[in-house]
Amino acid sequence: MANWKKIGAGAGAIAAVAAIGAGTWAYETLETSRSDVADDNVTLATFEANPEAAERGEYVMRMGDCAACHTRGQGEMAGGYEIETPFGKLVSSNITPDTETGIGKMTERDFFNALRQGIGQHGLLYPAMPYTAYAKLTDADMHDLWAYMSTVEPVQNDIDENAGMPFPFNIRLAMAGWDMLFFKNEGFDGDPVADRGRYIVDGAGHCSACHSPRNILGAEQGSAYLHGANVDGWHAPDITSNAAMGVGGTSAEDLARYLGTGTDGVAVASGPMAEAVQHSLQYLTVDDRLAMANYLLSVEDSGAERTAPAKIADSAELAYEVNCSACHGLNGEGIVNAVPAFKGNNALLADPSSLIHVMLNGARAPYTEGARTAAGMPSFAWKMDDAQIASVLDYVRNSWGNQAAAIAPAKVGRMRETLGASQPISALPE
Amino acid sequence: MANERPKADVVIVGLGWAGSVMAEELTRAGLNVVAIERGKWRDTSTDFPPAVDPDELKWHTRRQMLAAPSRETYTFRNRSSQTAAPTREWSAFQFGENVGGAGTHWAGMSWRFSPWDFEVATRTEDRYGRARLDALRAEGLLLQDWGITYDDLAEDYDRFERIAGTSGIAGNLNGEIRPGGNPFEGPRSRDYPTPPLKDSYWMARYRDTTTRMGYHPFTIPAGNLGQAYVNPLGVSMGPCTYCGFCDFHGCGNYSKSSPQACILPVLMRRPNFTVLTETQALNAVKSEDGKTVTGVRYVGSDGQGEGFQPADIVIFTAYQMDNVRLMLLSRIGEQYDPSTMQGTIGRNYNYQTCSSVTGYFDGAKMNPFISAGAMAVQIDDLNGDNFDHADLDFIGGAGMMSVQTQGRPIALANTLRPGTSRWGSGWKEGFSKSYNEAATLFNQGTSMSTRDAYLSLDPTYEDRFGQPLLRITFDWNRNDKAMMRHITDKAQAIMQEAGADAMTTDLQTENSWNPYTQLSSHTIGGLVMGADPTTSALNPYCQSWDCHNVFSVGANCFPNNAGYNPTVTIGALAIRAAKAIHSTYVNNPGPLVEA
Repeated sequence: MANWKKIGAGAGAIAAVAAIGAGTWAYETLETSRSDVADDNVTLATFEANPEAAERGEYVMRMGDCAACHTRGQGEMAGGYEIETPFGKLVSSNITPDTETGIGKMTERDFFNALRQGIGQHGLLYPAMPYTAYAKLTDADMHDLWAYMSTVEPVQNDIDENAGMPFPFNIRLAMAGWDMLFFKNEGFDGDPVADRGRYIVDGAGHCSACHSPRNILGAEQGSAYLHGANVDGWHAPDITSNAAMGVGGTSAEDLARYLGTGTDGVAVASGPMAEAVQHSLQYLTVDDRLAMANYLLSVEDSGAERTAPAKIADSAELAYEVNCSACHGLNGEGIVNAVPAFKGNNALLADPSSLIHVMLNGARAPYTEGARTAAGMPSFAWKMDDAQIASVLDYVRNSWGNQAAAIAPAKVGRMRETLGASQPISALPE
Repeated sequence: MANERPKADVVIVGLGWAGSVMAEELTRAGLNVVAIERGKWRDTSTDFPPAVDPDELKWHTRRQMLAAPSRETYTFRNRSSQTAAPTREWSAFQFGENVGGAGTHWAGMSWRFSPWDFEVATRTEDRYGRARLDALRAEGLLLQDWGITYDDLAEDYDRFERIAGTSGIAGNLNGEIRPGGNPFEGPRSRDYPTPPLKDSYWMARYRDTTTRMGYHPFTIPAGNLGQAYVNPLGVSMGPCTYCGFCDFHGCGNYSKSSPQACILPVLMRRPNFTVLTETQALNAVKSEDGKTVTGVRYVGSDGQGEGFQPADIVIFTAYQMDNVRLMLLSRIGEQYDPSTMQGTIGRNYNYQTCSSVTGYFDGAKMNPFISAGAMAVQIDDLNGDNFDHADLDFIGGAGMMSVQTQGRPIALANTLRPGTSRWGSGWKEGFSKSYNEAATLFNQGTSMSTRDAYLSLDPTYEDRFGQPLLRITFDWNRNDKAMMRHITDKAQAIMQEAGADAMTTDLQTENSWNPYTQLSSHTIGGLVMGADPTTSALNPYCQSWDCHNVFSVGANCFPNNAGYNPTVTIGALAIRAAKAIHSTYVNNPGPLVEA
């Protein structure tokens, strides 16, 4: 998710430079008649919510995972999450009803404009805010979310969102160009009830933000919808109906269990997906998670195929037994609900970034009501060199029915540098 | 007070097994709980991950997970006529000092006590007559029942085993004796949550030998799991890999029962639970009328100096010794005096009587590196009152186990066939041979408390906060020495029958007790439970007879020691006490049992 913001913010600025002269062409994307259904008089700070609407709105907030970016240790929804981009630093905003430093002075219409179109109270939002997906939220969900936001405790926390962005990227108007090129100012194109799974996946859930690859300007490639993509040193795997690499071989029940608990009994979420499960997906109803799963199982097969297998080094099996088998099992069976199995785990087989990431920096499973161990994967960066990490991962990716290409030690080395992981002690000077 | 925290419903001192189990029960019932723990936060993947090879020197030899005696210790003497001195090295006791307490570094032996252990006085009188009981008392044994029976605790034993994922095989299922299990155990309502560990070569040989001799061998219950398991709290555990680095170490793959592996993942996320780590409790503070306490004084690690945690209920679940000391420092109840037999705090202090017999089997491959902290086959034929004592000059007995619990190369460097050179190439050759040929039979005995053994505050030595250290006055008693001589003779006969061609015996009771060379870490009593407030400090719910909002759970509750490890009984008592607190006490604060 974080990387998407990086690309979005950076590429958005580039696109803006190209399109900043385009002037009124931007009209279509900035036109706000969709917000006519919202009240433009009462501010969030003074709004008195219907408790039932606020309760429904909390559910919309969970679907959208607002807290992932807006709650970061400075108070609930009080912002402060720093997003490093190649062009400077963005900080998530305070969206509590505080009138001075939050969004307390917004009207419902302002709120609709911001959330569904990226038009904020201080100018255009950076596409780090997934308004491209939130655009699909129904008016009803938006009214409820507004009601919920009014019940959040106001927190005084003054945030200058783009103070860390140098010129010209600190010009919010620049986002108009990106919006014009890539933002569709349209609601959900189906029946949000009958087509509930797609409504959540593409709308509030913004799954494709991570799971779809992006073009050079940071916009999602529709032709590779949910084919898997790399995100901030993690690989968000193929979640199409493809059986070789995607979720095609999984039952809807198991996939829904994964969304709700972080594990289907085989894979265990880590990295950004662990956060999405812990803070958002586990709160959804079983029916909604099943609807999402059924929809994902209907998404057009990516066509991905397993690559030719890697040659396994003679030392790899022993390295696996010594380093990995205590938790992952001699037969790659893992520990149910706590430690991922390698047998029958498609997420291992495509781009190995996530595997290298957890080998280098360790990881922690999400804590959910359904799977409460939140087991930790320790870092091996200090212990294994690049070739040893590549070799043991080749073993994991080519055992128990798995098949995947060899990992270049140089790729491990690059990630070691990017992630700031420690060097192996064998590389330390005498 | 300068640094007073918001009031809690319950403050727990010591977050080991007992504290964790109670905090889980109490927070689940909706109570607001604050735990005070003198040690640091410790977690599986960060403190003892399987990525790091088990470090015997760090964890076992140097005991880095234990409380350092240089910071806090106890004074010791064998009898009241001596002057006690502080001890700087405890071989005998293994005081935990971290979140998880001793439950993080324990081996995992997961016994229930036998029905006899709870009612030694009554059952001795019933079987051997009043005169026998009176004679034992006359020589100084403090024989007394616990105020609860095995049956009272059976449900709580079961709950603890489910949380811990205990591996084992039932020998007595609802009264029906089952093959392969311990026929002498108290009845269980269902089998263990996970299957027993596998036999090593030595365990199989011991099983064959003892069967041939008419005994009843069985695989002991273990906190080293026989298979992957999800406990009733929803926490997953892994299967034991027989790595052999259990006691003194933390477990890296979630396969040893511990607060970390079983409870803390859930407890730490409850909004009504808080733990203050690296915070030393000083004492509970009495209310004006002295009938209750108002909270706990502590010194935190925040540099703020002394603080106060007010609470409606105070629970001491620190180490057994520390629970006694906290009661004395809080001036709750009356210090026991051996000359008058008055007072209950410090009374019934006791240890555990043990011996070991090591056999050497020429050419055998015992492979001790394949092991687990609680991997053993045991016979209970000579434990407790499972055999007739009518013609014997003692009561009690011992569990006799063929241990396969560790293959640590440093620790075993002294386990040598008699006659082996103690240095140089002769030692190297002898050690590498003995390492694989030695097998040990460990005898863990029952132990009866006496009027002369007790705990009190030391008149001379103080800790770093200026509070007196705890003083231990203890030595072996005649009954337990006689028992252990009898058991050790039997053990040597078994070892002979098993085919050992050489043998060494460690019989601790041959000399006066000292803290440096002991075989057990199971120290008990000093703050015991019972039905009679003149001989016990706590009622059968582990509630203080003197201040009704003070509870204490630990091995301090045991009036006598069993021939078993204490952990599961402590866990069961903790669950029982916590249930009484949230179901009865909070609605109607006062004594749960009328004195």
